[in-house]
Amino acid sequence: MSTAENTPRKLPGSLNANRRLDRWLRINRDGTVSVFPGKVEIGQGILTALSQIVAEELDVGLERVRLAPTDTSYSPDEGMTSGSQSITDGGAALRYAAAEARDLLMQRAASQLGVSLEQLTVTDGTIKARSGGSVTYWDIATEDLLKREATGDVPPKPAGQHSVIGAAIPRRDIPAKVSGAPSYVHDLDLPGMLHGRIARPPSYGAKLAALDEADVRTMPGVVAVVRDGSFVGVVAQREDQAIRALNRIKRIARWEERGGLPESTDPRFLLKETSEDEVISEKGDQAAAARKAKTLEAEYTRPYIAHATIGPSCAVAACDDGRYTIWTHSQGVYPLRHDLSKALGVAPERFTIIHSDGAGCYGHNGADDVAFDAVLLSRAVPGKPVRVQWMREDEFMWEPYGPAMVVKLKASLDKDGNIVEWIEDIWSNSHSTRPGAAKGVNLIAAWHLVKPHDPSPPRNPPLPGGGSHRNAIPIYEFPNQRVTNHLVKRMPLRVSALRALGATANVFAIESFMDELATAAGADPIEFRLRHLKDPRARAVLEAVAAKAGWKKGEKGDGARGRGVGFARYKNGAAYVAAIVDVEIGNEIGVKRAWVAIDAGLVINPDGLINQTEGGLIQTVSWVLKEAVQFDRERVLTQTWLDYPILTFDEVPPVEVTVINRPDLPPLGAGEGTQGPTAAAVANAVYNAIGARLRDLSFTRDKVISALA
Amino acid sequence: MEEALVAITLTVNGKRHEVAADPETPLLYVLRNDLKLKGARYGCGIGQCGACTVIIDGKAVQSCDVPVSGATGKQITTIEGIARNGKLHPLQEAFIAEQAAQCGYCATGIIMTAKALLDTNPKATEGEIRTALKGNLCRCGTHQRILRAIQRAAKEWRS
Repeated sequence: MSTAENTPRKLPGSLNANRRLDRWLRINRDGTVSVFPGKVEIGQGILTALSQIVAEELDVGLERVRLAPTDTSYSPDEGMTSGSQSITDGGAALRYAAAEARDLLMQRAASQLGVSLEQLTVTDGTIKARSGGSVTYWDIATEDLLKREATGDVPPKPAGQHSVIGAAIPRRDIPAKVSGAPSYVHDLDLPGMLHGRIARPPSYGAKLAALDEADVRTMPGVVAVVRDGSFVGVVAQREDQAIRALNRIKRIARWEERGGLPESTDPRFLLKETSEDEVISEKGDQAAAARKAKTLEAEYTRPYIAHATIGPSCAVAACDDGRYTIWTHSQGVYPLRHDLSKALGVAPERFTIIHSDGAGCYGHNGADDVAFDAVLLSRAVPGKPVRVQWMREDEFMWEPYGPAMVVKLKASLDKDGNIVEWIEDIWSNSHSTRPGAAKGVNLIAAWHLVKPHDPSPPRNPPLPGGGSHRNAIPIYEFPNQRVTNHLVKRMPLRVSALRALGATANVFAIESFMDELATAAGADPIEFRLRHLKDPRARAVLEAVAAKAGWKKGEKGDGARGRGVGFARYKNGAAYVAAIVDVEIGNEIGVKRAWVAIDAGLVINPDGLINQTEGGLIQTVSWVLKEAVQFDRERVLTQTWLDYPILTFDEVPPVEVTVINRPDLPPLGAGEGTQGPTAAAVANAVYNAIGARLRDLSFTRDKVISALA
Repeated sequence: MEEALVAITLTVNGKRHEVAADPETPLLYVLRNDLKLKGARYGCGIGQCGACTVIIDGKAVQSCDVPVSGATGKQITTIEGIARNGKLHPLQEAFIAEQAAQCGYCATGIIMTAKALLDTNPKATEGEIRTALKGNLCRCGTHQRILRAIQRAAKEWRS
C-alpha cells in the first residue's frame, strides 16, 4: 500500500481533525437541527454566521438551527477561537458537513420514495418528489445516518443558489443581551453558589512573605481562605463579603517584590535585549539596486496595549468527587483543559469545561487564568460551585498585553519614484502565550503555587499567518527586499495575543513609511501604493475607499485638518482592507470621519462583517490616540480606567464601510483586518494635516507637541 | 458570621423587596445576587465605566458606586423593569433594529443612561446623547450603532 492511501485525505477546515459528521450535526425528530461548533462567541457574532451556513447548506429555516454551547464533553476540538479563523475553520467544516448531510438525506428520501435524486426538491427540511409524495428530514433521519466519517465529496452550494448566506440576518443573541436577561458566564447563578476573589501579588514575581489568615477567616461570610505559595484567594457566601475580605488581605499581606520591569515605557528597550533573529523574506535584483537615487530611514514603535475588556474575567467552577465542572469564556476549552490537567496533575477526562459568553475579548485576556483561579478555590469547598470574577485592577495588571514593538525601515527610491530596495527589521516578544502548549503551564496561578509550574516557552506562530511577524512582509512588489524578525525571548511584562498580533505595528510602520516614501517621490499616497501593487483585489479596495471618501490626488491638509490612508491584506492571505480617516488637530488629535473598504471573499453576513469592521476601526483609533500600559521598574501602574483612558462616545467618528463581496471566492478572515490600516491612516492624516510625522504610538497630546517642536 | 447583615427595604421596578445585607454593600451586588437581576453588570466598581447603570429617582446612577443603604426609599429602575406588557422598551427594540451590540456587555448600562436622558429630554440631539454617554465605555467600538439606535428610539418617543 502506498503512503497516500494510508494518510486520510485532507478535509476542509476543522473537519479535517474532527471527521465524523455527527460531531458537527444532528437531525432531530422534533424538526430541529443540533449544531456543535467548537468555535465560540466572543462578541463577533460568529454563532449567527455559523447558523446561516448550516441553514443554507441543509435547506432548513434558520429558526430550526440550534447551536449547542461548546463543551468538552461533546464538542469538536477546534482549538482556539482566534486569528479571524472561525469562518475559514469552523465555517468550512460546517459548510461541508451540512452539504454532505443534506446529500445523505436526499439519498435516503430517494430510496424511500422510489424515485431518482433528480426528481427531488427540498424546502425547509421537506423533500418532495416531482411525481408526488414527500418525506421530511425529521421522519427519515435515524441515528446511524450521520454516524460516519465525512468524505468532503459533496460540494457546497454555488453562490448563485445562496439565499441565507450573504443575508444580513440579525444576530440571534442580541435580543437577550439587550433585555438584561442572564447572558454571560458572569450572570451564572447556581444553587449554593459561593463567591471568590483572588488577592494577586502587587507585581510580577512578588512572593507572599506574611499573611494573618486567621484575621481574614473570621470576617463575616468568609468560608475559606486558600493559600498555596503566593496564590491567595478567598471564598465567601456573598460577593460583597468576598470583596471585603480581599481588601483586608490586600491591606495586611506583606510581599517581597523583585522589580525587573523595563526602564521606561519606550519600546526601544527591546533593541538592547538578546533576540532570536531570522530573515523571513529576501529578494535581490542587482540591476534595480543600482538605480537607487534616494534613501530614507525611519523607526516606529508601539507600546504595550491592554485588551481592556469592559467585563473583567469571570468563571464558575465546582469540584465534586474529584471531578471538575467549569463554566468559562475561554477562547479554547480544550487548550484550557490541557493546562488545567497539567497544573493539577488530574486526568483531562475529569474536567468538563463549558463555554459561556463573556464580555468582548479581543484576544488572550484573563479568561483562562480566572478559570484556574475558580478551580483552585472550588477545591476548598467541595460540592459547592464558586464564582470568581476578577476586579478591574486584576484585569488591567494581570492580563497578557499586546507586546511592545519596534520596527526599523530603510528604503530606496529610483529617480522615477519607484521603491527599488526595502530593508525591514522588527523587534518584539512572542504574541502567543496561550494555554495548550506542550511544555509548561500558561495560567497565572500555576506560577504562584508553592510547587510552581514554569510558563510555557513563548511561541511565534509560523508564517504565512505569523505572530510578531504577522504582516511584516510587505505585500507590495519590491525588487530588493530583506525582512528580519528579531524575536525577543525575555518577557518583562506578561504578553500574548491581542487582536491582529504583530500586524498592527507592522502595518502601521510599513504604511506610514509608504507615505513617507510617497512624499519623497512627490507622489500621491494612493497612486504611489497602486504603483507597487499588482494584486487586483488589493487595488480594488484602495480604489473603492478613495472613491467613497472623495480622495483628491495630492490634496494637502490645512495645518489643522488632514486625511490619510492605510492598506493591508490581513496576514497577507485573509481580508483586504483599505482605510481613510480625516483628522482634526486642536489640543489633541481627533479622528472625525472614517471610510473602510473590505474584501473578505464570500460574505456570510454583511451586517456582521460591517459591525466587526466598524468596531475594529474605532478600537484601533482608541489604541492609536490614547492607549499605553504604564509601569515603573517594579509594578504595572495601569489599574483603573483613569490610568488607561479609551475612546469615549463624544470622540468616536462616523465610519462608512464598503463591502466588496466575492460570492464565488472562499470567505476570508476579517475580524482583525482593520487594525493595521487604521493605525497607519491616522498617522498619515496627522502628517497630511500638520506636516509632522508621528512614529511612536500612541499619539497623545505630548507626542503632538514634541513632533511640532 | 451574619452579624454585619441588616434588613434593608428597596423599591426596584415598582416592587418592594426586603434584603439582608451589609448597609455599605454597593447596590450592584444586591441587585445581582439578592434580587437576581443580572442586567446591571460589574465593570470597574468605582463608577468609571457605566456597565452597572440603573435609574434612581429619574437619574442614571452607577450602581457599583451607591451603598445599598443610600437607595432605600427611592425608586430604582433596572434594565429588567423597562419592558411594558411583555414588550421590550423602544430603546431595546432600537438596539435590536440597529444591531447595536458586539459583545453587548456594556449595552444594558448604556440603555439605562439613554433612558434617563430621553425621559427628561426626548428631543436630545446627537451631541447631547454623546455627552450623556461619556461615562459609559464600550470597548468593541459599537458606538455609532448605539448612537443610531438611541436616535431611532428618540424619534419614536416623539411621535
